[in-house]
Amino acid sequence: MLTQNSSDRELVAVTEANIKNLSRRNFLGYIGGASALLLTAAACKKDSTSSTNTGIDLGSGDVGVLNYAYTLEQIEAAFYTKVFESPYAGITASETALLGDIRDHEVAHREFFKAALAAKALPTLELDFSSINFGSRDSVLGTAKAFEDLGVSAYNGAGKLLLSADYLLLAGKIVSVEGRHAAYIRDLIMPGTFADGLDANALDKSRTPGEVFAIAGTYVKTKLNISNLPTS
Amino acid sequence: MKIENIINEIESVDPEIYERLNGRRSAMKNFAKFSGKVALASLPLAFGSMLNKAYGSPTGTKDAISDVLNFALTLEYLESEFYKAGYAAATGGTLAIPAGAPLTSILTIKNHEIAHVNFLKTAITSLGGTPVSFTAASFDFTAKGNFMNVFTDYALFLAVAQTFEDTGVRAYKGQAGNLMSNNDILTAALNIHSVEARHASHIRQMRKANGGLVPAGVNVKPWITLNQSGIGSAAVQASYNGEESTTQAGVNIINIGGKVISASAASEAFDEPLTKEQVVSIVTPFFA
Repeated sequence: MLTQNSSDRELVAVTEANIKNLSRRNFLGYIGGASALLLTAAACKKDSTSSTNTGIDLGSGDVGVLNYAYTLEQIEAAFYTKVFESPYAGITASETALLGDIRDHEVAHREFFKAALAAKALPTLELDFSSINFGSRDSVLGTAKAFEDLGVSAYNGAGKLLLSADYLLLAGKIVSVEGRHAAYIRDLIMPGTFADGLDANALDKSRTPGEVFAIAGTYVKTKLNISNLPTS
Repeated sequence: MKIENIINEIESVDPEIYERLNGRRSAMKNFAKFSGKVALASLPLAFGSMLNKAYGSPTGTKDAISDVLNFALTLEYLESEFYKAGYAAATGGTLAIPAGAPLTSILTIKNHEIAHVNFLKTAITSLGGTPVSFTAASFDFTAKGNFMNVFTDYALFLAVAQTFEDTGVRAYKGQAGNLMSNNDILTAALNIHSVEARHASHIRQMRKANGGLVPAGVNVKPWITLNQSGIGSAAVQASYNGEESTTQAGVNIINIGGKVISASAASEAFDEPLTKEQVVSIVTPFFA
């Protein structure tokens, strides 16, 4: 902590002095309490009426929705980039070509949102793909299917959150490509399953940001605050 | 500032404001019966939507959303009758769709399109509109002789299917902005839009597997590369023109952010919309 002030240094000193007297469990509890105090102080300094949510704020209004999309594209682009760094055993030439296309599409989406959001763009997120076995076709394609279906449902659910018709059109231009990806990945896993999981009216799923992050959160280490996103 | 004051201000320059808003109100009321709920969570937003509805739509009446849905319903009829005829020809032995996965997939897509027809009919009726109605006799799938063997030539059948699916994706995309005043309808339309994209992806894989793409050597992927159809007929080109775009919202996608993104990948990464007029022009030859 290069910028710590004198009270921070005192707190650290006190903490260090007490470590040897604390069990591991108590030590973690102690640090937790101290962190909470610091966070409260920071929150009060910035805005005493802000919500109790911590983490990087995606923002509100259309900017928030675009940052939400940017988050998902960051996950997808990083995932497919990693798939290419260490291709799974038995990958075919056709799979290499088309998964390469998908990687390029997701990188293009990510970089587009970064450019469009400019100064309002979230930072590059820290991701955690430790639950994925990149050497296994089943693990990689199963994850790809989950990401693509999740992306489709996220964009479908985000449409109504947007106020700008231009942004709605942009989301529409991307979501159908995610739908094409989802169908292809599904067909790779089990031919003919390109549109399984529709409802009785043959409609696709839509999900709220909360529902999406409940699933995608597994892969994101950076703490995000989605509480300021629009809800309708 | 009170909303009624704003409306009074508008009335002073537009005497028809109440007529426009009444249309909006009855549309909302009618839709409430269908959806079982009316979202009144955000009054300023609802007011903005109301004005958008009164002034932003092509006709400015309560029928605007029904008009969009009837347009979508027309396309769903086109698709459902196409797949019904194709599936019947296959099971009747005159169209060689291979048994197993290919025939099962055509059956799946046919059933989805029929479900979309029924869903849209219900939605339009619930909005107080009158659904359009078509039968098999309404269509000419040879497109005035352009595709004479559409129900006897499997490759041609798939080519027309691909064109319908890709066109459908573009058509829904182009109409989303006209549904913004009604969240439930917009979401439902988006939930159909992505299903059409899944169909398009699968039909394209079927075409790739079947071969015979035109021109020789062209690659057909689950996504649209530049403005390529892989179909040897100029009659379908209007469904692909514009897809070659590599610029989005003024941002050049080729090699964006210093990453290696080819023109092909840049065009594939974003599907493009078609206007209602463009779509009508494309599908008109398929009507008897």
